[in-house]
This record gives sequence, structure tokens and C-alpha cells, in this order.
Amino acid sequence: MTTRIYVPCDTTALSMGADDVAARLTQEAAARNIDVQIVRNGSRGLFWLEPLVEVETSTGRVAYGPVEAADVTDLADAGLFEGEQSHPLSQGLTDEIPYLKKQQRLTFSRIGITDPLSLDDYRAHGGFAGLKKALSISPQAILDEVKASGLRGRGGAAFPTAIKWQTVLDEPEGQKYIVCNADEGDSGTFADRLVMECDPYMLIEGMTIAGLAVGASQGYVYLRSEYPVAFRIFKTAIERAYDAGYLGDNITGSGRHFDLEVRLAAGAYICGEETALLESLEGKRGMVRAKPPLPAIKGLFGRPTVVNNVISLAAVPFILDKGGAAYADYGMGRSRGTLPLQLAGNVRRGGLVELAFGISLRELMEDFGGGTFSGRPLKAVQVGGPLGAYLPESQWDTPIDYEAFAAFGGVVGHGGVVMFDDTVDMGEQARFAMEFCAAESCGKCTPCRIGAVRGVEVIDRIRAGENSEANLELLSELCETMVDGSLCAMGGMTPFPVQSVIRHFPESLKG
Amino acid sequence: MHMSDKTTHANGVVSRSSAEPWTPALIQQEVDALKDKPGALLPILHAIQDRFGYIPDAAIPIIAETLRQTRADVHGVISFYHHFRTHPTGSHVVQICRAEACQALGARHLEAHVKERLAIDYHQTSRDNEITLEPVYCLGNCACGPSIRVDDDIHGRVTADKFDRLVERLTTAPLELPS
Ligand SMILES: Cc1cc2nc3c(=O)[nH]c(=O)nc-3n(C[C@H](O)[C@H](O)[C@H](O)COP(=O)(O)O)c2cc1C
Ligand code: SF4
Ligand code: FES
Ligand code: FES
Repeated sequence: MTTRIYVPCDTTALSMGADDVAARLTQEAAARNIDVQIVRNGSRGLFWLEPLVEVETSTGRVAYGPVEAADVTDLADAGLFEGEQSHPLSQGLTDEIPYLKKQQRLTFSRIGITDPLSLDDYRAHGGFAGLKKALSISPQAILDEVKASGLRGRGGAAFPTAIKWQTVLDEPEGQKYIVCNADEGDSGTFADRLVMECDPYMLIEGMTIAGLAVGASQGYVYLRSEYPVAFRIFKTAIERAYDAGYLGDNITGSGRHFDLEVRLAAGAYICGEETALLESLEGKRGMVRAKPPLPAIKGLFGRPTVVNNVISLAAVPFILDKGGAAYADYGMGRSRGTLPLQLAGNVRRGGLVELAFGISLRELMEDFGGGTFSGRPLKAVQVGGPLGAYLPESQWDTPIDYEAFAAFGGVVGHGGVVMFDDTVDMGEQARFAMEFCAAESCGKCTPCRIGAVRGVEVIDRIRAGENSEANLELLSELCETMVDGSLCAMGGMTPFPVQSVIRHFPESLKG
Repeated sequence: MHMSDKTTHANGVVSRSSAEPWTPALIQQEVDALKDKPGALLPILHAIQDRFGYIPDAAIPIIAETLRQTRADVHGVISFYHHFRTHPTGSHVVQICRAEACQALGARHLEAHVKERLAIDYHQTSRDNEITLEPVYCLGNCACGPSIRVDDDIHGRVTADKFDRLVERLTTAPLELPS
């Protein structure tokens, strides 16, 4: 009998030595005359346990982690190949690990379970059911389902997806585009990466459905160049989807047409902003365009274009398969459905946590995250990427909900949660916000381009104790000028982390 | 905004172990293979850099003529993006993540250690021509920081010791010189 063993192949598992572990497992099994099949699955997103090795048994998959190559002999002696659970690295049945069991995985229901590139696996776990449905109904009916789901864009701005799609559908027929924003530039986020590395056909299916809904026959995925593993896997997935007739001019024999290509970005944070992204796809510098016109009306090459984040598009197959109402059943207020939260930074149990909107930040960081990695007290948390405020303890009881965060000037953004312990120098963090903006501004408007450079200088002076009071006032004015006078959120929101430090951690800005 | 200090290089002879030496004809080949794609410029620049390790100045007129753009336009695009290099690198490119989630786990300390260990700053190449150092803002490995990228491999939980061992392995591995 062949024993099936799973060793993940996503970036994080690889970064922790998964390839070496897989090689050692193969050797160890051979030496013991045990017949094994090593499957390179996606990651479950339980990153503190990576590499997480799973062994298939009659009662389910048994997990071991974090496994290093040097642990393999010891694990084999303790009965890993038989699914014995006595070794200290044994985590019991994977499905029973509380971190996983307590999640509500709608979008991430398959990750870590399947071989990312296996179409058979994808189909066996509900893949292409949404596409099948979409092919059987009208574009407007597809759109109505998305409307009923209440889905709002997961890339940051939380704009209702159905309204965007409707605008594109209502434009006269002709060349239209679906563009997937996979630039995922926010520190502390990796949900897009996980989709592309661990369940790539889901994104292909979601984009195809979007194309059917608005009448677009060409899609592009704009993927950041910092993700070489995602690029490799996703490119292969596209090839296989073409070979199997899920892409091209006759999708699953329906006569419908959708082409898809993945394009690599080139290391510019601003190209995550949708209009800069379109400029970049057109082969230009990533300069932000003034809106209007909206991309939905004049987007890529001047044509009507849907620009959506990976997670927005990846939610669509579920919505079509199970119905918009099933998705809208989850969540609170106007934040419907689930959000894949990402626990990162100084956290004991970092990883992907997909939950309905509404859980408090504190529950997330404590119950799931288990506190800090260092074991020291938690001091501050940055939610929503580099343009998000640093939140002090008094704000940790806020529920994860777009409106609840907006109420105090916070952002949920793409769902990244970056934790810092009490050794953090918050003044340094404020300085970095300005430094990052200075490095990444597209340069179109003065408050952003010049303001950020001045911001770094002023913070340096404050921290050096030069005229602190006057310079602090200058910094506050500078922040206001940037918020009011910038064309896009790069310059317009960079002050948020800075202002939050001034307000909540003032002692860190003393020289 | 882009700082203009792209990779400075000691002598410009040895390029990345995987890179081939360029010729105008080879560059033209890469350009021709992609020129008909809509928005072809970024794919072309990637193809050239992937194959030759960087984008030689001589590529600019070739690309400009083929795509019927001005040289200034092509140059402007190359200089806008951090990823594109206009000078050869050492045998390996090491990128240190400088973003917040890695900062929370000591990336600043690691960065200082790396610069001292290699005796170079960002956008420079070590004297033995082995390693070019670059900053990067997030590798999507934010739950297992600090993270670095070595060529196309990402490494997590990188301590000063782990970094030194990695460098040891990189520099003692047999160097494949381009023939
Ligand atoms: C500076 C800046 C960076 C951004 N980066 C990203 C990004 O990396 N990924 C993303 O999906 N959206 C990003 N956005 C938001 C996009 O402009 C846009 O709102 C989004 O792609 C729309 O898709 P959605 O409606 O599905 O969220 C960024 C916005 C700004 C201002
Ligand atoms: S705010 Fe900054 S990034 Fe945005 S358009 Fe202006 S200069 Fe460009
Ligand atoms: S920072 Fe833009 S090239 Fe170095
Ligand atoms: S912040 Fe370093 S990998 Fe994301």
C-alpha cells in the first residue's frame, strides 16, 4: 500500500526548508522500504508550523510541524509513516487544529488540501462549479448574484464589486478587459500569493466568470515581481487550463471565449494603484491617472476595464456556485462575507485566518495569533499595510469591519495585521512611513513627492531634539497638506501612520 | 521617486551565474519575440534582464526603434521601476526585506549585519563579485520574517548566523562562469 505524504510548496514552506524536508522523507522511506507518494500540496496557511508535513491515514490527515530536514529520521522512528501521533512535533489531525477549525473558509476552502496544479483535485473539490453555473445564465444574472453577495473589493478601497462590473457591462460591446490586481504590495499580506500558489484555478475561474459577466474576452493578471514562486505556478496553471479547454475560444465546449495572460510587474508599490497599474500594463511608467474617467469606462488601452484584487475575483466562484445569499450570510453591517486576514510580523502563530467580518482585532491577535513571537508584550499593530495607522491597545477591541475602522481613521485594507512588541521604536516607524512614500511616490504631485522627503527630514530633526516643538507642529501641518493635496492614497494616506504615532505614541518622538 | 543609484559594479566582467553575455543580435531576438504583444515594453525588459542579467544601454535604441518609441521614453520606463538594472550584478543577487512585518522581527538589525558582513551598501557588489545587495519591500513571507531573497529563492526567519551560513554556501559553491 502506498502512503500519501504531503509537503507544501508555497513560498513560506519553501523559505523554511520544505524542499529539503521532502527530499529527506523520500530517502528515509526508501531506506525503510516504505512505499510513499510525496504530494507537493499548497499550504494550509498555518505558517508557524511550516514546513507542515501531513500523512494520510484512515482517520484523516495527520500533521507534523514545523519539520526540519534534521527531524525526519527521528519522526520516522516515532512512526510518522504510520501516522503515529506521539512525537512532540505531531499536531494531531490537521482538521482538528483549532486555528484551522475555528476559521470560516469560503474562498480558501481548498488551499493546502489539494495539489495546486492538479485539475482533477480542483474538480474533485468543487472547482469549476461556479463557471458551469455562469455559462448557463445571462450576464446580468451573473452580475445579480455578485450584487446579492454584497462583495466589496478586497484590494483596499472596499468598493462594491457588482457596481463596477455593471458599469463595464453597460458600456457598448467591443473590446473590454478583466485586469486582476496581484501587485499585493502591502507589508504583512500574502493572501493573493496563497491563491496564486495554492489554488490558481480558482482565480482563473473567477476571472473567466467576470469576463462572461461583462463581455470581456481578454484578462491580464498583473503580478508583482517579488513573487517568483507564484509566477511559476500560475503560469503553469494557465497553460494547463488552456490545454484542458478551460481557457481559449471555446471554454468547455460552450463557444464562449476568454484568454488570460500573467504579466510581471517590476517592483513599484504605486503600480498597485489601479490607474498606475494600467499605465504599467500598457508599457509605460506607473504614473497615476486622474479620475474620471473611471477605468470601468476608459481603462486598459482606453477600453472599459474591470480592475479587481485577487481575493475579490477568487470569491466569485463560490458566489456563483452557492449563491450570493450564501456568501452574504456571513459578516456584519455593510461588510458581507469573509475576509482572509493575515497575521504577520511579531506574532507567535502567523498565517492566514479567513473569517466572517466582525471578529475583534484583539481576539484575532490573541486567540489565533497567540501573542507575540518574542513573548514580550504587544505594543502596536498596523492594519491595512504601510498606509494604515498604528493602533494602540485602546483600539484593539474594534471589530474587523470597514465602517468600524473608518470611524477612527483606520483602514482594514487588504487585511494585513502586523504586530510589534514593546521593543519597537515608534518614532522610527513614523520615519519609515515617510521614507517609503519618498521612495515609492510616482512623482506626479508635489505634496506627495516633496512632502515625503521633507517629512523624513523633519522627523529626523524632532528625534535629534532640534527645536522639537516647532518641528512637531511643522510635521502636523505637512501631514495635513499631504492628506488634502495628494491625487491618490499614496500621498493621501502616508500621513495616517505618522499621525497615529504623534497621537498615540508621542513619547517616541522626543529627542 | 527613484533614486538614480542603480547597482554600482566593481569591474563589470562577471555577470550572474545564470546570465549569458549579450550581443545586439541576441537583444534584437528577445525584442522581436515579444514586440507584437499589447503593452510589450515591460515583458521585453523582463526578458532581456532575465537572459543577460541586466539591461545594457545598447538595448535602448534597439527597443526604441522596434517599438517606434523614443529612446527617452524607453529610458524613462527603465528608470521608473526598481526591478530593472542597467549594470551587471555579482553572481548572486541578495535582497533584504525592509518592510514593516520584517522590521517587527529585527530586519533593521539584520540589514546592518549584512552590510557589515559583505562590506557593501545597497546597490553595490561585493569585492569578490559574488553578491549584489538590494533592498526589497515585502516578499509576501511576512509571517516568518525577517525574510531575504537570494536569486529566486526566499528564505525565512533569517538570523545573522543563518545569513552567514547562507553566504558561506553561496560563495563556496563552484562558480559557473559564463563561457
Ligand atoms: C498606493 C496604492 C497601492 C495599492 N496597492 C494595491 C495592491 O497591491 N493590490 C490591490 O488589489 N489593490 C491595491 N490598491 C487599490 C487599487 O487601486 C484598487 O482599488 C483595487 O485594485 C480595486 O480592486 P478591488 O475593488 O477588487 O479591491 C492600491 C491603491 C493605492 C492607492
Ligand atoms: S499622491 Fe503620490 S503616488 Fe499618488 S499620484 Fe500623487 S505623487 Fe503619485
Ligand atoms: S531606489 Fe529606485 S533604483 Fe534604487
Ligand atoms: S514584510 Fe518582509 S516579507 Fe513581507
